[in-house]
Amino acid sequence: MPIAGDQGPSKRVRITSPRRGAARRGPIRPATTEIDEQTGLGKVYMAALLRAQLRLTVSVLVAVAAGLGILPLLFLAVPATHELRVGLVPVPWIILGVLVYPVVALAALYYVRHAEAIERDFADLVDRR
Amino acid sequence: MQRPSNATSQTSWTAGERAVNAGFGISAVTLVCVVTLGIGAFGLRLSRTTSDFYVASRVVSPGWNASAIGGEYLSAASFLGIAGLVYTLGADMLWFPVGYTVGYLVLLVLVAAPLRRSGAYTLPDFAEDRLESVPVRRLCSLLVIGIGWLYLLPQFKGAGLALSTVTGAPTWVGGLIVAVVVMANVVAGGMRSITLVQAVQYWLKLTAISIPVFVLLWIWLRHGAPQPHVATTQAGHEWTRPLSGFGGRDHPVYATYSMLLALCFGTMGLPHVLVRFYTNPDGRTARRTTLIVIGLLGLFYVFTPVYGVLGRVYLPTLPHGVQADSVVLILPMAISPGLLGEVLSALLAGGAFAAFLSTASGLTISVAGVLDQDLLRPRFSARTGGDSVAVQGFRIAAVAAVLVPYVFSQLSVSVGLADTVGLAFAVAASTFCPLLVLGVWWRGLSTTGAAAGLVTGGVLAMSAVLVTMVGGVHSGWSGALLAQPAAWTMPIAFLVTVVVSLNTRSRIPKGTARTMVRLHAPEALNADLAEPTPLSY
Repeated sequence: MPIAGDQGPSKRVRITSPRRGAARRGPIRPATTEIDEQTGLGKVYMAALLRAQLRLTVSVLVAVAAGLGILPLLFLAVPATHELRVGLVPVPWIILGVLVYPVVALAALYYVRHAEAIERDFADLVDRR
Repeated sequence: MQRPSNATSQTSWTAGERAVNAGFGISAVTLVCVVTLGIGAFGLRLSRTTSDFYVASRVVSPGWNASAIGGEYLSAASFLGIAGLVYTLGADMLWFPVGYTVGYLVLLVLVAAPLRRSGAYTLPDFAEDRLESVPVRRLCSLLVIGIGWLYLLPQFKGAGLALSTVTGAPTWVGGLIVAVVVMANVVAGGMRSITLVQAVQYWLKLTAISIPVFVLLWIWLRHGAPQPHVATTQAGHEWTRPLSGFGGRDHPVYATYSMLLALCFGTMGLPHVLVRFYTNPDGRTARRTTLIVIGLLGLFYVFTPVYGVLGRVYLPTLPHGVQADSVVLILPMAISPGLLGEVLSALLAGGAFAAFLSTASGLTISVAGVLDQDLLRPRFSARTGGDSVAVQGFRIAAVAAVLVPYVFSQLSVSVGLADTVGLAFAVAASTFCPLLVLGVWWRGLSTTGAAAGLVTGGVLAMSAVLVTMVGGVHSGWSGALLAQPAAWTMPIAFLVTVVVSLNTRSRIPKGTARTMVRLHAPEALNADLAEPTPLSY
């Protein structure tokens, strides 16, 4: 993976010390290499990313499904909902015709913000040198 | 209930009135066609390679791309069909535009970014890439062609309907015009020109649908805001009340939920929608594009039901020979006979044609792409032994992709525009939705499981569609289950896919783990993630 460059081994300053016989540290392995080579650690990273994204997805889906799914039942169970009018227009028409759209757009905005945040956190985690 | 003073003009929709109207209508339709072809020709100069033809070389910005997706998505069903359904069947039909919009939210949270990251051009490409199987690819190709043609049918029918309503031309003419313009454009320019055309079409359609709403509502207020004519049937069915079964449809609760399910989960499986996502530069822009699309669609759909409601006010009964789907087009003349009505009617006809052209173009591109890649090109290469005919093959495929559904649109019986489109969504929700959702999120998906799910969902949903298309919407439970099949076909397809996958673990693709990394890891890792661009457009 292309992280060598200017900070590569050529610039390393060798510290000589009495412990020269100690076991040396291996080359630095960025987490992206772990993922790329599908080591155990790489799989853990990926599983964490997938879990976080899936949790976000499911929570948005459940919220939207509950919010929309309850509406037909509400209209059915509470007849008062369609006797109610705002001006000339019955309330169900206002909800389905107008109010639904900004709510859906807000849910989408919420999702996009959080999905990008998850990816940023993930990038911070694996890009740590 | 106050009758408007111009009530007499409603029932006399004569040939004479059409002729007066025809000049404006023809001008508007001609203008839309010429502009579409003009932008297409302009884009032609930019389009050079096979990659240009398919996905505009992936250099389209989210704003343009979102407009293009909106332009492509708002079809005959959206522009004419929703108003027609609201007019005929009442409050329950408001779920149609809601479902069309929420479909993009579902697509966004489930598959938008991973699909873009898969790097595939089309649905069959994704299937082959994820499942490492050519037979599954072939299955997907068949389904793309099937869904694409099913969705193209109402576009041609709608065009015929619109043109005959506005100008009195025979119904086959409008469809033929759309077929020819789309063919010319796709054959000449491919998707680069199409992206530009589609983006312009969205704004054209929004203008065409919104301006008449403001004018007509203003006239309506000056008439003293008369209430809709909502005759209550003996059984207490009411036009304004949700789930009252107005219009004689049985089991409205089941139908509403099933339709909502089809629309929400079918959007991601529509061939022309997915192709658009590959024109985003990366996964993050794919998400942002979808977000803008949701806003654009919501804006458009606020206007469409108004035509259905005003239709109930001014057209208690439809003039002889006029279908509910053209209520949008005749409404301006009913509310304001004379020059104003004619101009608004012409504007709406132009917008409707923009809808037919844009959706038909997008579908043609996807169907032609699949026909070319999976049917024509292998044959051509076998004969010529080279890739010199890649673009030629795409052009031949485009002609076939348009002509077949056009011919069928002249044969098939009359199921409403939005209903036919709804069936295409149901097929997509029962086939591609399980494939995409499980393919993106589940490592355990096996090749055999995916194939079994596609076949099961495809056969069940297609059978329901064929029965409904041939025999019309029946009454009782069987009719409801067949007209809105998604609520049972989609879960069955999911179940079959999962159960078969669990029993064929040896057929889980070898590269699944690596594919999952590619689908979910941000592309920018290790590169320029230090300064992510802020969320502003």
